[in-house]
Amino acid sequence: MSFVLVQVIVGGLLLGAVYALFSSGLTLVWGMMNIVNFAHGDFVMLGMYVAYVVYTLMGGGPILGAPLATLVLATVGVVVYFALIRDIMKGPMLAQILGTFGLALLLRYSVFWWFGANFLSMPPNIVGGTYAFAGLRIEASRLLAGVVALLVTLGLHLLLTRTSLGSKMLAVAEDQTAAQLMGIRPDTMQAIAWAIAAGATGLAGALIANFFYIVPTVGETLGIVAFVTVSLGGFGSVPGALVAGLLIGVIESLSGYLIGAIYKDIVVYVLFLLFLWFRPQGLMGKT
Amino acid sequence: MPRLIWLSVVAAIAIAYPLLLSSPFQQRLGALVLLYAIAASAWNIVGGYAGQVSVGHVVFFGCGAYAAMGSYAKFGLSPLFGIPGGIVLAVGLAAIIGVPTLRLSGHYFSMATIAVAETMRLIVTNTDWLGAAVGLSGPTVPRNIFDLSFLSALPYYYLFLAILAITLLITWWMTNSRMGFYLRAIKDSERAARSLGAPASRTKLYAYMLSAALTSVAGALYAMMFGFVDPESGFGILISVKILIMAALGGAGLLFGPLVGAAILVPLEEISNSWLGGKGAGLTFVLYGAIIVLIARFQPGGLLSLFTRRSKPTKDTGAGHAP
Repeated sequence: MSFVLVQVIVGGLLLGAVYALFSSGLTLVWGMMNIVNFAHGDFVMLGMYVAYVVYTLMGGGPILGAPLATLVLATVGVVVYFALIRDIMKGPMLAQILGTFGLALLLRYSVFWWFGANFLSMPPNIVGGTYAFAGLRIEASRLLAGVVALLVTLGLHLLLTRTSLGSKMLAVAEDQTAAQLMGIRPDTMQAIAWAIAAGATGLAGALIANFFYIVPTVGETLGIVAFVTVSLGGFGSVPGALVAGLLIGVIESLSGYLIGAIYKDIVVYVLFLLFLWFRPQGLMGKT
Repeated sequence: MPRLIWLSVVAAIAIAYPLLLSSPFQQRLGALVLLYAIAASAWNIVGGYAGQVSVGHVVFFGCGAYAAMGSYAKFGLSPLFGIPGGIVLAVGLAAIIGVPTLRLSGHYFSMATIAVAETMRLIVTNTDWLGAAVGLSGPTVPRNIFDLSFLSALPYYYLFLAILAITLLITWWMTNSRMGFYLRAIKDSERAARSLGAPASRTKLYAYMLSAALTSVAGALYAMMFGFVDPESGFGILISVKILIMAALGGAGLLFGPLVGAAILVPLEEISNSWLGGKGAGLTFVLYGAIIVLIARFQPGGLLSLFTRRSKPTKDTGAGHAP
């Protein structure tokens, strides 16, 4: 295999880890409350803009930007849960989809209105430099994003499976009434789930902001990526999202390299439709 | 009887409107309201009656618009000849999206519609034969009446009014047929409807295909009136948003809901655009987003449902979890 191809695959894996990070937020909420957040991609977009503001206006680096974006988005998640989700969850499907889709528009076009439609990019050398290993050249910003995203996604999995908070959330997902009888507040657990899910998008946004294009409409594409990842990985499964996210990252960058950059999104969307036709339960899901 | 009286009053107002308010701006506004009412009524068949929220409905709109303009730009025929082609294309795409997703929970369907609309937009933007980012134009000077290219908005107004009437008649006929009966049962509880033998997936698919065909006609009419289509006006997500919000604001699943929504929102957008200029584009969609959220949160049935006597709220019990 040529070096270029290895380089492309490594790049895809690093980006895929970020996809996995924000998709695990979507899968958590979907698995726990059976509600799909159509604004999920726009949460990531918001995280990118928070990081952008921190870096450009406040002069902070990623050490300040990433935690701040996580915190801001986690707050947004909790607010959205109490103001909107808690009520539409019990409503008809139409209200659920319209509610989060309307939220997506509201966020996207508020940012559009405030910052304009232009592509923004980070000031250079926020995370500068390129590492070279055995002929591979990897930008520091991508390496940082990939590694942090991978670690946090694994941490999220451990949080859900190994801690008492995780068990409580799982209990609410399984049976709300039974959980309530055991002294667990479903409302609190679901609000925490929204904080975690939105916080993950904030962190992911801050991580990719260093090398991705920053534009208000980026959330649409990222939202579809998250949905495809969750569909492939099986809903509610963080390990599934991790594998699927890495896979999509690699497929995307390979098709971008082999067919052409403009077709990489098309490849992912077509793959998604093929999966819906032939394996709607996802890669690891059970029928 | 009172229903018939109301109906004739609405029809009389619709017919008299462009004669009473006859400035070019007012006639054009009226034609646009009707055009969006056609598209939103078409959406209503699948989004309102079948309860499947198509978020990428613009894809059918684009099929119709590109087929109409393509038949002129590529073959020198009247744009009218493109309409059947657009319908075939739209119904075929509806099958590709609908067959796998309508068996799953509604989220898959919604997301698949966005993915297909985005795919089409990207493909068309990168296809030189379809004019790439510039798009296709219709006849600049009409060769004969069949080119349907008029300077005044008045002929379009009555053409759109006729098509809207046909669309509403089809919808009304559908709700009173066996299919409408199945759709109501499925929307109430899909599991119960299935267990009583209603072919749920197939009925939803038929509703989706019918909706796609009518939306494609709306797209063709849009392209004829504006004389061109480009990837944004043919396949852009914002057209989907407009179609969807008009139906939802007026009342999804109610016959006249989309018309009411269009009559409120089209003038609102025209006014905000002329007041705020280019800067207003973003703000209009901020407002649209806020309206959608508020409808979903407080009045999922839309404005018209405030006036209809409904004993019980609709609720979703059928779709349930993904497979």
